[in-house]
Amino acid sequence: MELARPRRPWDRTPPAERGYFEILGPGLVALLPPKKPGGAGGWSPPTGGAWVHVGADGTIRAFSGKAEVGQGTRTALTLIAAEELRVAPSRVQLIMADTDLCPWDMGTFGSRSMPDAARSLADAAAHARVSLVALAAQRFGRPPEDLEASDGVVRVRGETEGTAYAELVNDRNRIESAGRVSSATPATHWERAGQPTVDLQAEDVVTGRRVYVSDVVLPGMRHGAVLQPPTFGARLTRVETERLRDRPGVVVVHEGDFVGAAAANPMMARAAVAELRASWETPPKPGEREIEPYLRGHPSTDGDSWDTDERTVGDVESAFARAPIRLERTYRTAYIAHVPLETHCAVAHWEGSRLTVWVGSQTPFRVRDEVAEALEIAVEDVRVIVPPTGAGFGGKHGADTAIAAARLARAAGHPVRVVFTREEEFRYAYFRPMSLIDLRVGAESDGRLTAWVFHNVNGGASALIPPYRVPNLKVDNTLSASPLAQGPYRALAATSNNFARESAIDELTRIVGVDPVAFRRAYIEDERLGTVLARAAERAGWTGRTRHPGKGFGVAVGLEKDSRVATIAEVTVDPDRRLRVDRLVTAFEAGAIVNPDNLRSQVEGASVMGLGGALFESIRFEDGVVQNPGLSRYRVPRFSDLPTLEVELIDRPDLPSSGAGETPIIAVAPAVANAIFDATGCRLRSLPLLSDGRVPGPS
Amino acid sequence: MTASEIRLTVNGRAHSVRRSPDRSLLVVLRSELGLTGAKFGCGEGECGACTVLLEGNPARACQVLIAEVDGRDVTTVEGLATGDHLNLVQQAFAELGAFQCGYCTPGMVVRATALLRTNPSPTDPEIRAALEGNICRCGGYARIVRAVERAAQRTREAPGGP
Repeated sequence: MELARPRRPWDRTPPAERGYFEILGPGLVALLPPKKPGGAGGWSPPTGGAWVHVGADGTIRAFSGKAEVGQGTRTALTLIAAEELRVAPSRVQLIMADTDLCPWDMGTFGSRSMPDAARSLADAAAHARVSLVALAAQRFGRPPEDLEASDGVVRVRGETEGTAYAELVNDRNRIESAGRVSSATPATHWERAGQPTVDLQAEDVVTGRRVYVSDVVLPGMRHGAVLQPPTFGARLTRVETERLRDRPGVVVVHEGDFVGAAAANPMMARAAVAELRASWETPPKPGEREIEPYLRGHPSTDGDSWDTDERTVGDVESAFARAPIRLERTYRTAYIAHVPLETHCAVAHWEGSRLTVWVGSQTPFRVRDEVAEALEIAVEDVRVIVPPTGAGFGGKHGADTAIAAARLARAAGHPVRVVFTREEEFRYAYFRPMSLIDLRVGAESDGRLTAWVFHNVNGGASALIPPYRVPNLKVDNTLSASPLAQGPYRALAATSNNFARESAIDELTRIVGVDPVAFRRAYIEDERLGTVLARAAERAGWTGRTRHPGKGFGVAVGLEKDSRVATIAEVTVDPDRRLRVDRLVTAFEAGAIVNPDNLRSQVEGASVMGLGGALFESIRFEDGVVQNPGLSRYRVPRFSDLPTLEVELIDRPDLPSSGAGETPIIAVAPAVANAIFDATGCRLRSLPLLSDGRVPGPS
Repeated sequence: MTASEIRLTVNGRAHSVRRSPDRSLLVVLRSELGLTGAKFGCGEGECGACTVLLEGNPARACQVLIAEVDGRDVTTVEGLATGDHLNLVQQAFAELGAFQCGYCTPGMVVRATALLRTNPSPTDPEIRAALEGNICRCGGYARIVRAVERAAQRTREAPGGP
């Protein structure tokens, strides 16, 4: 159910002028004001604050700018609001990712939903509770300390009768603003949050009733198709649209670089676009054979400096030169695709000068800005809503489909839906970047690290810093002018950088003859990471593991988004060198666990998704054109790839909740690669590890 | 009935739709009959998101031409529950939260229902084999297998099947 549209987006209007009560009905609104980036404890992203409405009709609404794309944020945020308001989770209506009604949000990425959005929402909801108790205190003539809120009622402690929230707020509309002091409940005292909770909309999901973006239908809706470049980076030089000008039922739009058509059905729209005669300037692009020198030789000139980092400690060159053990290695990871099962989709609808776009997106507020800019309209006139979306994994940050739908709808005078085919999803979305990682490791003969030189080309800066004690270190990364579209992917470069680092550490332990778990436990600096590793090793039975021909065990750890992971892989390589991953044991710690059921699900899902990138996923390309743009040619994990998954969650209610959706993926690939080495003596340094399902001969 | 029409039964209701050579059953279900439970995932029969039952057998609606279903019986995910009562597979998926984004779920539920109707006691390998053509990109396979096992157990206990 969508709420009515306010006169202006609430995030761009002072609270008193928002007209909350016209739309939500009378009651109480509690606000947490927006926060600027920064503050104590290092950089933190800005937040748009949070607001909560307690209605005189008994409804309770919470608002969050985050989007639900399958990661379980809806349930987690609902639990947080329910916790602070002392009501059952089913009482809370959570409105998410609606740019007219929700607090501004930077985007649903970087595992920030729990650390940022949940914390803001907790503060706002806790303030609502405090305000309700204060109202009751007035009414009862008792000090607030004598009162408690529970089950939607404020009562005198020890008494059974009390006054419902609805009754407390029904005499006058109030907007209460939370101050600097948080009244949020410490996780150690949670009663609702922290409990395993299945998706509150599960019944809609299993019956097919849930309306995903691509299920949105509006009266009179037309279907759009977009003229796409033949190769990545091709520039449109000329296009002939005249022949379609008078085609009945077809509207053609040519605005700047955008060319598209709208028609009664997708087939007609695509056929129209296919008829367009277009000329393109196609800069030469390297193929797979030339890609490595190309990436090394073509540094990016874009301003992606947010994803570069460098750190130098000590004198790494002389330490490396002196080291009795020296490793020099290059690791590689391929371009891979997100393959959300629901492709990119947007539906645009104009009412006069005001536009609403339903879109599968992780960045609704950014989409709003980009749509407004592209269509040259006021930001206030654009409403972006993210309905339930068939996954993102970092792949739905763009605004292109939303802009296309908006342009076509404006010209057609009808709502327009634009949805990618699977082939278009492969060709015109973006990929996880290919990475080249050059690594030099210096160590004493007992394995103690003395020098660590780590350089990532094109992948990104996440998880560049090793979690091990090493006195001399130089880590950095550069980005390249990629010949394919590239962008965020679950855990960004942490997967690539972890693969390189944890593989190299494994190589070192083999050289010096130290147990890979014992080595890591000896040199890991972070206590929480050490604990996670110990738990994984215990669960996997690492010390008592039995060796059989073809059987191998591998371990890897990682620390990213302030959460910690250790994965132990057990594999079998049969006499035909076919690989089977038998078991993945993952221990994971992300501070206070908001929803253990969903967290377990995320870890399991990340393990499976991680196996795809580890074993077989790879975008094939030539001349800037993807060669395997379909699920029959780009393999993703299926049931037959599923190993036994064991998940060990470590709850730390004494710590803030940190990001959980991404980090569990980062130790999978190195754990498997290390297990393959353990089984066969074959060291694989490129992802995907297997080109044809088989492990190559010993190297 | 005219030659330009196709008559089919969907979830127990008779429908008559335009005969057109290149339209798939999935397109008709979603855009003409308003049944959006079956999802578009790939258009090449690789992902199973559009799985429906055709005369009780699982079929990829994106690979079935509308002309092929003339006079036939189709069940979509919307037709599995009886009134407010979820079928046993749906119940198990909902109880266990055997989904993340949920986009693959209708196809999974339909395919698993078909399995349990022919084999109420599937082994773990039989469950995996039956669902091999259905992709869950969120990687929720382990939980899906558990949900099907739970539904199978209840199917054996409850007369009447899933």
